[in-house]
Amino acid sequence: MARLTPTPSADSIEPPVVEVRGHRRSFGDQVVLDGVDLELQPGEFVALLGRSGCGKSPLLRSLARLDPVPAGEVTVRGRSAVAFQEPRLLPWRSAHENVALALLNSPDRVARAARRERARDTLAEVGLGARLDAWPRELSGGQAQRVSLARALVSDPALLLLDEPFSALDALTRMEMHQLVIDLWRRHRMAVLIVTHDVDEALALADRVLVMEHGRIEHRFEITSRRDDRDHTNPEIGRIRTEVLRAVGVEPTPPRTQRAGDPTSTTPGGEGRHRASTGAA
Amino acid sequence: MSTTRSPALGPPPDPVTTTADTARSAAPGVATTGPTSRKTRSGRSPWRFLRRWVSPVVVVALWQLASSTGVLDERTLASPATILQTAWQLAADGVLGSATLTSLQRAALGFAIGATIGVTLAVVAGLWRIGEDAIDPLMQMLRTLPHFGLIPLFILWMGVNETPKLALIAMGVCFPLYLNTVAGIRGIDTRMLEAARSMNLSWGQRLRHVVVPGALPQALVGLRQSLGVAWLSLIVAETIAADNGLGHMINLAREFQQTDTIVVGLAVYSLLGLATDAIVRYLEGRALAWRG
Repeated sequence: MARLTPTPSADSIEPPVVEVRGHRRSFGDQVVLDGVDLELQPGEFVALLGRSGCGKSPLLRSLARLDPVPAGEVTVRGRSAVAFQEPRLLPWRSAHENVALALLNSPDRVARAARRERARDTLAEVGLGARLDAWPRELSGGQAQRVSLARALVSDPALLLLDEPFSALDALTRMEMHQLVIDLWRRHRMAVLIVTHDVDEALALADRVLVMEHGRIEHRFEITSRRDDRDHTNPEIGRIRTEVLRAVGVEPTPPRTQRAGDPTSTTPGGEGRHRASTGAA
Repeated sequence: MSTTRSPALGPPPDPVTTTADTARSAAPGVATTGPTSRKTRSGRSPWRFLRRWVSPVVVVALWQLASSTGVLDERTLASPATILQTAWQLAADGVLGSATLTSLQRAALGFAIGATIGVTLAVVAGLWRIGEDAIDPLMQMLRTLPHFGLIPLFILWMGVNETPKLALIAMGVCFPLYLNTVAGIRGIDTRMLEAARSMNLSWGQRLRHVVVPGALPQALVGLRQSLGVAWLSLIVAETIAADNGLGHMINLAREFQQTDTIVVGLAVYSLLGLATDAIVRYLEGRALAWRG
């Protein structure tokens, strides 16, 4: 039943980081995951889209081992780490202590001094080398989210799970964070699964976009364009964007970056961002 | 966003800020911080400081004047000068020191017993649902009992020796510590605990890095309240019956109408209370630096 990875050449015999087979979960009599199949290869960047209540979050929680999962349905090989929508930093630990905590139980038993060292390095990597000793309350929203990313990255996970990590940030900070995530991913080459409501975010970041509906993954899209060529003028992006929007049940409108003089750019209500979450949870 | 039920569960949103607010509003001496915050605005701070001492000094001066002129009888209230003299004498004799030490030990022992019981029960009730169901209803009922009202029963059960005094102090200390520590543990943001689980922290590590520091602000509020109750209970217990300690010294003085000694004893009681409060405030400053 387990489909093996394609083309077993010498450098691609690594097993998938994530293997989910017929995963089902329910809260009471409400089925939230209704037979999910999902495979993530090492280093793959996948975005998970869907309306509120479609089961994205429960799936991420299953992968993060935050919720109990029926035996045999979910396999995650190697360490996973999560960055949540809110940074969830411990307010009584400084930025670098927050990051170092994620190394407490790392398999290679890092000594205290080495944990500090690695926390510092990772914070420098996310651009916060100057705020090592800051308390979380002293950080801006974007900075706190960077610490949260550093905390997830510091243990060198094989799988990075991002649960709508940028949805609470302002648009400019969000764009910076997208670039940061891509840089970090290029450097560390972990598999990334990002749960998002934002179609344009998914298109900017991922190799693969999955759309969930009623507890299943119903649509899958592959993106082959380079990440620096993903604006709406790229025909592939435009096409996938339309399809993804249809898949989440939104009638497509032009993307947020408009050419000058385009009449639709002045549409009231700011149709610039497409959010799939029009319904309540 | 679904949240998992975790042992230390409470009403979720934003408990950290609420405990912070409670801690601040419960702090005695808040009113006196007003001038300090204003001193940055103008250069009048030394003047303000002096001005705040004017009324106490005037009252003491009037008091001394009333005593010296005989308006205020020595048997009603001794003069400030006499009181200072008596204090010096009692200290030189060693009477004051030994009485203070006895009372201090009594308060410390009673406090230790009450604090151990209160905090242990709070940890059990805060961390485990079954512990909460077993302990909390009982504690909520008992805490409504005015514990000084139990003195007759305590005397019947334990006589008038040291035991009922310790029991009274311990009982008074137990409840504020219990209630505040439980509230502190329950108020911990479950999302923090979840983040800790996502980092693979073990139960003990989550306790050490999330639960204890998260519950600490509220527990320290309880500590401060319970120390206040401890001194109050000590005074009540010693005033009713004591053959040593500050209360004994005061009771003896009452029989000989030595109002100077009574005032000295009262002053030591207040200084002890002030000192422990200052210690807790120092601890709070050290432990809660992250709140800024």
